[in-house]
Parts: sequence; structure tokens; C-alpha cells
Amino acid sequence: MQALKGITQLARACSRSTPAFASKQAFALSAPSAFARHAATAPVTMTVREALNKALDEELARDPTVFIMGEEVAQYDGAYKVTKGLYKKYGDKRLIDTPITEMGFAGVGVGAALAGTRPVIEFMTMNFAMQAIDHIINSAAKLKYMSGGDINVPIVFRGPNGPPTSVGAQHSQCFAAWYSNCPGLKVVAPSNCEDARGLMKAAIRDNDPVVVLENELLYNESYEISPEAQSEDFVIPIGKAKVEVEGSDVTIVSFSRQVGNCIKAAAELKKDGINAEVINLRSIRPLDTATIIKSVAKTSRLLTVEEGWPQSGVGAEIIAQVNENAFDFLDAPPARLTGADVPMPYSKPIEDKAFVNVSDIVAAAKRVVGKKA
Amino acid sequence: MAFRHVSRVSRLASPCGSQLTTVRSFAAAKPFKVSGDNITVSLDGAFTTHKFDAPPKSSTASKAELLKYFKDMTTIRRIEVAADNMYKAKKIRGFLHLYNGQEAITAGMEAALTPDDHIITAYRCHGTMFGRGGSVLSILAELQGKAIGCAHGKGGSMHMYNKAKNFHGGNGIVGAQTAVGAGVAFGLKYNNKNNVCVAMYGDGAANQGQLFEAFNMAYLWKLPVIFVCENNKYGMGTSSERSSGSTEYFKRGDFVPGLKIEAMSVLAVKEGFAHAAAHCKAGKGPVVVECETYRYMGHSMSDPGLSYRTREEVAAVRAQRDPITRLRVMLIESGLSTEEELKKIETDVKAMVDEASEAADAAPFPEPSALYTDVVSDKQYFARAVDLANSTVVQQ
Repeated sequence: MQALKGITQLARACSRSTPAFASKQAFALSAPSAFARHAATAPVTMTVREALNKALDEELARDPTVFIMGEEVAQYDGAYKVTKGLYKKYGDKRLIDTPITEMGFAGVGVGAALAGTRPVIEFMTMNFAMQAIDHIINSAAKLKYMSGGDINVPIVFRGPNGPPTSVGAQHSQCFAAWYSNCPGLKVVAPSNCEDARGLMKAAIRDNDPVVVLENELLYNESYEISPEAQSEDFVIPIGKAKVEVEGSDVTIVSFSRQVGNCIKAAAELKKDGINAEVINLRSIRPLDTATIIKSVAKTSRLLTVEEGWPQSGVGAEIIAQVNENAFDFLDAPPARLTGADVPMPYSKPIEDKAFVNVSDIVAAAKRVVGKKA
Repeated sequence: MAFRHVSRVSRLASPCGSQLTTVRSFAAAKPFKVSGDNITVSLDGAFTTHKFDAPPKSSTASKAELLKYFKDMTTIRRIEVAADNMYKAKKIRGFLHLYNGQEAITAGMEAALTPDDHIITAYRCHGTMFGRGGSVLSILAELQGKAIGCAHGKGGSMHMYNKAKNFHGGNGIVGAQTAVGAGVAFGLKYNNKNNVCVAMYGDGAANQGQLFEAFNMAYLWKLPVIFVCENNKYGMGTSSERSSGSTEYFKRGDFVPGLKIEAMSVLAVKEGFAHAAAHCKAGKGPVVVECETYRYMGHSMSDPGLSYRTREEVAAVRAQRDPITRLRVMLIESGLSTEEELKKIETDVKAMVDEASEAADAAPFPEPSALYTDVVSDKQYFARAVDLANSTVVQQ
């Protein structure tokens, strides 16, 4: 935890934060405006869960047409406690518990968005959204186009995505590649608290359907939120990536939980004299191709890292785009690390082998740079 | 109140131009009573209820009102005839699902609703679009994929919308519109609007799981949604008996009140919908309305519609139950209108649709750049073409 905080501070070299205040900041979950009553001067640390909760709270307070709907979001305080305290604060109208009927309530969400509201539809995990995927794609994403621009659908579909470990094949899939395939949809994946805050606000304020791919393991992780990011109107533009670590020898591109592993890998690589540049995509669709190209132009080498399956994955798309736009800059074939191409086993020793870990990233980066792994 | 029975009808011209032979009785006709310019028609036998009180036993309408229904239904019929011809002339491509025979549902429904109520339906949507204010030209032009079409050529037959008039399409995925329609009702209730959403589907969609999910949520949350099953007896080539464990679609909502309407009668449709809408607007929750109707054409243009039913069956409905003919008979027999007056309306409608057809024929296709517009709401975005080299940044 300490090491992670240190690296985050290192990465944010321009921050005006004063670390000494960070751990002493106490904030109340029930008072969103305490965040911004006075312009913040120091960073605060919280978990990603808390950051999402805070962002949702603030958006509910800001815009009465925003509501949250899903299984257990209200009276249970959220299956993963992301909506904790919101029902108590906002009541039945704004926090709506649904029956276990994903296809139905995803459709209801789209209809509500057509009738002057801004729904936030939670899927307990994105695996269950597969039952609702027709509404996400055919009822929501394509509607602006099919209606010749007449109709837009300001809806957010959110939930934890990817493998949280030990839950078996049906509960472990990463859907980033599938959703990012579809024109008309926007897809974002936060990897820390600022991402969670800024991307959730951006998603809710966006006038088109946005899929927010959260991560269950990240919910418990703590990160700093800079003073600027504490502003109630802090929004991360959808379609813009962030360079988390600057480097010159290899570009490592990732999103969601693996960004943390890439940052750790960058620290390891530095010990071996390799300066890796780590890009946090933040958005999977639209992809920030420009930032990736700019980085590859500098480093000449590319490694992509994701949790999802390899075939037709996000890394495959990034590498295809780099080949198209930056081939002349490359000194080595781009490489990718992905989840293993298997449904996902239960037993821990073999499940561990299905995930990308820090040493995988270090080894792959070394190979791309031409050093012995 | 004494009603006159209509027992015999002589030579009638159907709106499509072909002459019907003399029929001894127009089987669907109901007793009526005329008073000045108004007619009161018995609706005896028009309704069956399920956990619901009955709608009124009669309906009173003025001549002006009936002439409007006649004109609107005739227009919808003409649009579909024109579309049929355009498809055969290859001016329309892909899927085309025609509404011939079902016109009374649109006319009666619109009479019961207000412009602030909402409607969503499936892909057999041209008539519904017209009812919601879509011009004949915008409909025909969209069918031809022209830029002046209601969706600027981007949607086609199955994807017609009119946001300003609260019409949410035009949906191609069977059953999806029912959950979305419940959602529209959710939004209306959320925003404290005292309006309903009518969510329409067919007998083919009536077995969809998500429909029952929508029934359940609508009932639990008392959403002002009228689920409307347009039961035309066939889901594509499969009769309702072959697809449905129960063909009593108005009862399929189980705990949701239901109403079956003999929907070849525009006044029955009007009264039935008014009754259902009143229930919703009183905050009592959803209603399932089954409209007993019929389509003369096949499921779509690729279906002659005769492999799963007989020519005789289709002809019999046309002769005995056609909604436009039925209204025609009533207007003439009651003395509210004349053969000449109605013929004039038909001629005018035909001329109007013919003119719109020609205008649609002559209208230009979308510009090439239209391929890339309206993917998202952003003012500016990168749009990748077939070849990356031909990609553009869209500014809208």
C-alpha cells in the first residue's frame, strides 16, 4: 500500500499536494459538498469503492434526473457496497432495487433514458449483463444512428468486470473487447480513484450510452485524489488516456487493474536500466490512439497488457492501430500479454497462471526491448 | 335505447380499388343509433376482461371524428399499398412489414391518447409512425432510403422514430420494445407526467421472457404502461396456437389486469384504450391489452402469407371484417355520410399518397458523408472508414 502510494506520487510529479496532510484528511461519506465547499488544497486518500460512491452521490445531488437501478443497490447498500448510504440519503425514487431480471431492467433503463431521465444501471457483475446485451447494443448504442440523429440515450451501464479470482468461469470474464467493438457505445475502465471519480462523472454527464467497467479487486484498493480532482465538476474526458509513468525505452499500455501491475513492473524495470512509459487507457472506446502513437514514436517499442482473452482483444486492436499509424517508429514487433485463453478455472494454483502478473510484464517488456528476460 | 341493426350491405368499393361483391351481411357490424351528427354504436361483445372492470358498452362519435378515422385508416392503407409497389419495383430493399388490416388499432389508439402520451412498437411500424405525426412523404422517403426520410435514410422500414411526438420506434428485435416501453413509462412517472406509454408487440413476441420481466416490474412499480398485443394470429409463419401455451394474450400478464378488444372496430379500440389509459393515469399500474386483428399481407415481403393459411381465410376477413369497410358501411348506413363523400376522401388520399410517392422517388439519397454522422452525440469524433486511409473526423 505504502509503495503504491509512493509510486503514484512519483508519477504525479506536477502535483501540488502536500503528502503530510493526506492521511489526516477525514471526509464524511454523507456530505459530498464537504469535498468542494472550499477548494481543496491537499490530496485525500480513499478506496476506489469510496471514490465511486462519492462520485455517484455528487451526481445524484447535482442532477435530479439521475437515478441508480439494479439488484441490491438500494436497501442492501449494494452487493459490493458501491452504493452504500445512498438509499438512506436519497430514498426510493433515486435508488431502485430490481428483481433478478437483467434483460428487463436494462430495457427499462433505456426506456427511462428516452423519457427524460439519466439512468445508471448497475449489473452486479458484467457477466450478468450478457443477458441484457441486446439492450445495451441494439436498444441503446445504435439508436442515435438508426434514428438519423433524432434520439440520444443518456444511460450508464456499470458494474465490476473481469476476474475477481476464485469465482470460476461464468463469473470471471472481461468484456472490454466486446463492448469496445461497438460503434455508438463509449467504454471506460477506471484503474484508480481519480479515474473512478472522473470517469463516472463523465459517463453520467455524457449524452450517449457509456459502459463503465469497474473492477471488484480495485474496489478495496486505496489511491490519492488530488485537490483538482476533488472538485465536484472534475470530469475526465472520455477518449483520453493518461501517461502514468514517463519513460523512453518501451511503451506499456493497459487499463483497469493491470495498470497497477504495469506501474510496479516499471519500477522493477527501472532497476535494470529500462525506463518504461506506462499508459493508462482510461477509455477503451474511443481509444486514445494519439497518446499511444506519441509514446511509441518516443520509445519505438510496445507492450500491451490486459486481463481479457487474447483473440480479438483490446491489445490486438492497439497493436493493429500502432502498425497502421506508427510502423516506421517501431524497432521491434509489438507484444501483448493477456489472460490465458481458457474459460477460467477455480483452483487457485492454476487460476493464478491464467492472470498477468508483474513478473510477466517485466519479462515481456525486457524481451520487447531486446534484453534477456 | 333502440339500435338499428345493419343486416345488409350492397356493392362497396374497398380502399384498394377492387370491388367487393354484394355481401348479405357485414358480419362485424354492430347496432347503432344516430342523433343529429352523432352516432352511438353498441360495443356489445367487443371486450373481454381479465381482473379488470369492463369498458363502456357503447361509443358515441361525431361524423367529423369518424371521417377523420376513415381518412387516417385509408391513408395508412394507401401508404402500405404504395410501399408494396415500391418494394416490387426495387425502390425499397431489405425488410418490409405491412400493416394492411390493422389500421383500426392506430386510429382508435390515437383517438384515446394525447400527443403527450408515448408509443413504442416493433417493426410493423409505418402506420404507427403516421399516427404519431410522421408525414406520408417522410415515411415513403425513409423506406426508399432517401435523405429526407424521417431517419434521413439511416433507419429504414423498421426504424422510424419521432422524438418530438413521443414515438420511440420502430424496433427490430422482437420483444425488446416491451421492456423499453415499460422504461418509458418509468421515466414518465419519475418526471411526474400524468401520461402513459403504449408498448406494442405481436402474438409472436408474446412468449418472450423479457415481456414477463417487463410485466413484473411494471406491476410492482405501478408504471403507467399499456402493453398491447396485436394478435394477428400469426408470428411470421407460425400460428399462435403453435407458438403459445395460451393464446389468451390479455391474460398472460397473470396478476396484471387485461383487456381483449375486437380491434377491427376503431370505436372499440378507442374505448378500450381510453379505459386502459384511465387505469394507468389513476396510478393503478399497467394493463395488458390484446387487440384481435388480422394482417392481409404476409409477415414481410418475402412471405406470400399463404403457406400457413388459406386464400379463403384472408379473403373472408377482408370481406367480413375489414376495419375500413366496416366504418364505411356504418357511415353510409347511418346516413352520416354518402358514397360520394367517402369516395372523394379516398380519391384525395390516393392522390396525396401518389404525390408523396413521386416526391419520394425523386428525392436524393444521403450524401456519402452521412455514412459517418450521428454515431455518437459528440460534436467531433474520428470515424474509421473501410480503409483507414479514407477515414474522416466527423463534425456535427
